[in-house]
Amino acid sequence: MTAPLGRIRGGVHTAVRHDSAVGHVTGCALYLDDVANAPGSLEAALVLSPYAHARIRRIDFSRALAAPGVAAVVTAADIPGKNDVAPIRSDEPVLPPEVATYEGQPVMAVAAATLDQARAAAKLVDIEYEPLPPVLTIEEAMARQLYVSPPQTMARGDLAAGFASAAHRMSGELRAGGQDHFYLEGQIALAMPGDDGSITVQSSTQHPTEVQHGVAHLLGLPFNAVTVEVRRMGGAFGGKESQATIIAGIAALLAWKARKPVKLRLPRDDDMRATGKRHPFLFRYDVGFDGEGRILALDLTLAANGGNVADHTPAVLTRALCHADNCYWLPNVRLTGLPCMTNTVSNTAFRGYGGPQGMLAIETIIDSIARHLRQPVEAIRRRNYYGTDRNNVTPYGMTVEDNIIARVADELDRSVNLAGWRAAVDGFNRASLTIKKGLATMPVKFGISFNRPSLNQAGALVHVYTDGSVLLNHGGTEMGQGLFVKVAQVVAEAFQIDLDHIRVSATTTGKVPNTAATAASSGSDLNGMAALHAAEQIKTRMAEVAAEHFGVSAHEIVFACNRIYAGNRSLSFAELAALSWEKRVSLSAAGYYRTPKIHWDFTTNTGRPFFYFAYGAAAVEVAVDTLTGEMRVLRAELLQDCGASLNPAIDLGQIEGAFMQGMGWLTTEELWWDSDGRLRTHGPSTYKIPGSRDVPPIFNARILADAPNREATVYRSKAVGEPPLMLAIAVWLAIRDAIASTAPNARALHIDAPATPERILGAIDALRATAAAN
Amino acid sequence: MSAVRFLLNGELRAEQSVSATMTVLDWLRGIAGLTGTKEGCAEGDCGACTVVLGRMRNRELRYEAVNSCLMMLPQIDGCAVLTVEGVATADGTLHPVQQALIDADATQCGFCTPGFVMAMLAYQQGAEPPSDALIHEALAGNLCRCTGYRSIVDACRHVAVDPSDRRGVATSQTATALSGLPASKDYRSGGQVFLTPRTFAELHQALAQYPDAILLAGGTDIGLRVSKNREAIPVVISTVAVTELAAITSDAQALTLGGTVTYTQALPAFDAHFPALAALVRRIGSRQIRNLGTIAGNLATASPIGDMLPSLFVLNASVTLASQSGQRTVSVADFVTGYRKTVLAPGEIIATIRIPLLTSKHCFAAYKVAKRFDQDISTVVAAFLLARSGTTVREFRAAYGGMAARVTRASHLEAALSGRAWNGDHSPDLASALARDFTPMSDHRGSAHYRMQVAVGLLRRFQIETTSVAPARVEAL
Repeated sequence: MTAPLGRIRGGVHTAVRHDSAVGHVTGCALYLDDVANAPGSLEAALVLSPYAHARIRRIDFSRALAAPGVAAVVTAADIPGKNDVAPIRSDEPVLPPEVATYEGQPVMAVAAATLDQARAAAKLVDIEYEPLPPVLTIEEAMARQLYVSPPQTMARGDLAAGFASAAHRMSGELRAGGQDHFYLEGQIALAMPGDDGSITVQSSTQHPTEVQHGVAHLLGLPFNAVTVEVRRMGGAFGGKESQATIIAGIAALLAWKARKPVKLRLPRDDDMRATGKRHPFLFRYDVGFDGEGRILALDLTLAANGGNVADHTPAVLTRALCHADNCYWLPNVRLTGLPCMTNTVSNTAFRGYGGPQGMLAIETIIDSIARHLRQPVEAIRRRNYYGTDRNNVTPYGMTVEDNIIARVADELDRSVNLAGWRAAVDGFNRASLTIKKGLATMPVKFGISFNRPSLNQAGALVHVYTDGSVLLNHGGTEMGQGLFVKVAQVVAEAFQIDLDHIRVSATTTGKVPNTAATAASSGSDLNGMAALHAAEQIKTRMAEVAAEHFGVSAHEIVFACNRIYAGNRSLSFAELAALSWEKRVSLSAAGYYRTPKIHWDFTTNTGRPFFYFAYGAAAVEVAVDTLTGEMRVLRAELLQDCGASLNPAIDLGQIEGAFMQGMGWLTTEELWWDSDGRLRTHGPSTYKIPGSRDVPPIFNARILADAPNREATVYRSKAVGEPPLMLAIAVWLAIRDAIASTAPNARALHIDAPATPERILGAIDALRATAAAN
Repeated sequence: MSAVRFLLNGELRAEQSVSATMTVLDWLRGIAGLTGTKEGCAEGDCGACTVVLGRMRNRELRYEAVNSCLMMLPQIDGCAVLTVEGVATADGTLHPVQQALIDADATQCGFCTPGFVMAMLAYQQGAEPPSDALIHEALAGNLCRCTGYRSIVDACRHVAVDPSDRRGVATSQTATALSGLPASKDYRSGGQVFLTPRTFAELHQALAQYPDAILLAGGTDIGLRVSKNREAIPVVISTVAVTELAAITSDAQALTLGGTVTYTQALPAFDAHFPALAALVRRIGSRQIRNLGTIAGNLATASPIGDMLPSLFVLNASVTLASQSGQRTVSVADFVTGYRKTVLAPGEIIATIRIPLLTSKHCFAAYKVAKRFDQDISTVVAAFLLARSGTTVREFRAAYGGMAARVTRASHLEAALSGRAWNGDHSPDLASALARDFTPMSDHRGSAHYRMQVAVGLLRRFQIETTSVAPARVEAL
């Protein structure tokens, strides 16, 4: 072959910037609310329930209807189709027909000529409620066995025998709080009725197909009458998966009734009150282990606060169960998942999707074992790691075939000189009066693929034009994670043309149908492969044209560096595209991909739900003030397995951003409901996500080198969206370490998440009291 | 009646038809069609709406970041407004701030980015020395949920060492253009009135004419009424242009701040005279907030937390109140009478705040505890003032915020410490004294129990910081 060895610009494995970076910094990148309203468009506002649980006796919207500019109102009674937007189960009304089941639930909506008119009119709606007693806590729901879906069990081995053989046994309880997504762009949708009984909805959604289905159900339309589009979101993190359907559904109902375009944009407070969050969990454990800390039996209950309806809760719970092992072989185990129903907002998908909660539980348990035995937690972990040829089957029956956790953890420990670091922290603590430091490491193994096999499929549509430019469309959505540029890199690599020849167009159900949500970290795995499939089809056809043109066989044709070679003769990509058209060869293809090897049995909670695992490790140092409980993260060292990274620049941003988001979940981000079930932290003034100063002053994130995925993923890359979020559990463990240092003789410490200053101080006081009593 | 005139990205704009309380953000997005500036929260906490205001301060053009969501359009009369659309040059060449963000891969979803661009632009225009502390201070008013900030901070460091390029900000022409603009003193639209008196006399006249008017200084509190609650406030009187209220003076006895002095304007004087207070002020809101918010405004809202108040209490600060009938002076401690209640009579304004200077015998400390270091409302604020004779307490004052319906002195604690040895020992009777002083409430910022623990802990911190060199704050590490 005489083709040149040069590289195209922007192929796979190169650090290409985000495709919208210039648009971002100039303000030119348009979000849904930036699009100028069409003449006659309406704006909408919601009326939210002030009660956590109340019967709706009467709705009087006459004053609202008579208010200036008001064009339409909708209540549950105005829904022409089926009042159901459930993503997994059923009977989850978009507007409650009889009973409001959480504070902040949309009860009805108003559309008016201007946003101010709509919001003013919403305040004029008079609703008579009959308050009912609410169920507000996981404990109360557990006691009354109130669940949004059936409890789940995942078990293996002989629990009784395991406990019987264990020299040590310990039980405990742990709570983890929820988390608001706090995407900077709030939920928004624009619904535009067509002139032919159809409707087009622009939605800030991770799941255009689900919005399409939801709107079709609500309006009683076939799916082909509803088109859903999204160009970009201002962040999503799981919060615009099922929740976007609620917003788009209400906009569509108003638009359908008013026969005009309707935009519904939630103000921040409404957004935080009305839409779901990360699931709070209550964990109860009973663990048996030997003198070296090997876990012999684990009986762990994971009770999730599902909120008022199921939404994603059953699947979140399954993923929590599937990650309660993290990296550890659990020979005898019973994991019980309880999807509790309460009168709080229905909790939903959030980056990690139950995985972080499952991992938080097992890591807290391992940390507790280490403190009980007074042995380093790293040593305890090592004794419990999955093996490579034995002790390598998860509680759900999947063999861990790609185990590199010891390699990743060792590489991190070496690179940071963990022993020296530990000595420095101990030295500081000996000298310091009231400020105490803590140090902890954290290994992560996270399963990649949707647990439900049918979701692991994707489509793409690739057009090559006769000037050699390429238009790419796929089912994935861009929420800032860099999916568009990654998939474009895949297509550039396939065609061997520079990245700037490829344009990605807005995601729409009209181009690629029946898509899965852009979720579960799977966006580039699935859509990258689908786009590759489409590109390869076109490439094969173009190669045949080139072969005929050069008088060689097709397998002698080489695509390289923007040209197509047959020996030392060549055509530019554009020339071959034009020639293909001339020869009446199609330059468009639909691509399709389904993840191989995966299967799942919902009745037994066993199978191989994950195509592969992504690994990572972290080491974190914190300092706490034992007088006030204030905490600061001083240093974080992260090492993340991205396989052969498609785009190291994008992946690094995912690692750092996920870590900080996980840190927020476990530290400053506290959702606080009052005794009536009203959320009182519903804006950034009261709900504190990390700011720039909260970033550890020493913060090094690295991508694991020379670690191509052993499974045949797109160019051997690995998913990166969710796994590094769980590296932040190192912050949690480091805080525990700092607390423990205040009473070195105490063997047990307790703190719930998030570790706010108040909880840290409370844990220190409790620990010191325990130590004094001993 | 007069139009509001300002420079928008260098171009003169005159607006005379929109509501007097329309926010600058709504005007930019809805009227001017400049949608680069975003609404993320409408409460001045996320920074997505950040724009840069060029204002004449002491005959110099100063560029400062502000939250456009909290400002009413007449507030930008006579200002140069820069938005993200006006930062690159006309030929599309990006500003160094923009280029730095791109080079650092510091954008993901991009929704917060315009706000960061503007906060960084203001930082760059201030030509501050590059330090991480100042960078975090400059970025504290902007939230990003995607990147984890490391890349943004890196971009800011890059910009910080290259403050030479000021494309898009033609300082001298802007100053000339602004000085030529006629001032809008009386903006009216659809029955709403927004008055901007220039003198005490005009202010008193306006107050006499509209006794029910809302008095607006920086507007970071009142702005929420239009931004979030969408209220059409009938009459607003802005004090911001009253010349007699703008002065900052100090003599051998005291520092005196005029009623419209912002936190930002006061900071150099605090740095000089009350460094501990300056450090606390840097944790009030964000730069965007401090560039608008006034010390007098913080007093007038009489918040039960009111970050400034405990310090002003123990420093024996006083306020001079002015009305058409004359002036009176009251101590800050007497000024606040209850939960959001003050002695201000109708028609009366805060003319000056006088803070006696510390002597070399005084140790003064101000502490704030919140869930997040920056831009968070305090759970507890404390201020202490100590004078010793040898190791004996000669004078001790303590005041706390967040512990009661209003900020108060801790009189039992003060009595318990009077005449005692100050050697860092911490006996239980001090906690008991504090328990007699306060019965705090529980809310989302902290339980009553925790607030008491912190009240005691901060006293202990003060003892340690005045008797040892051990680090006693996590932020010092």
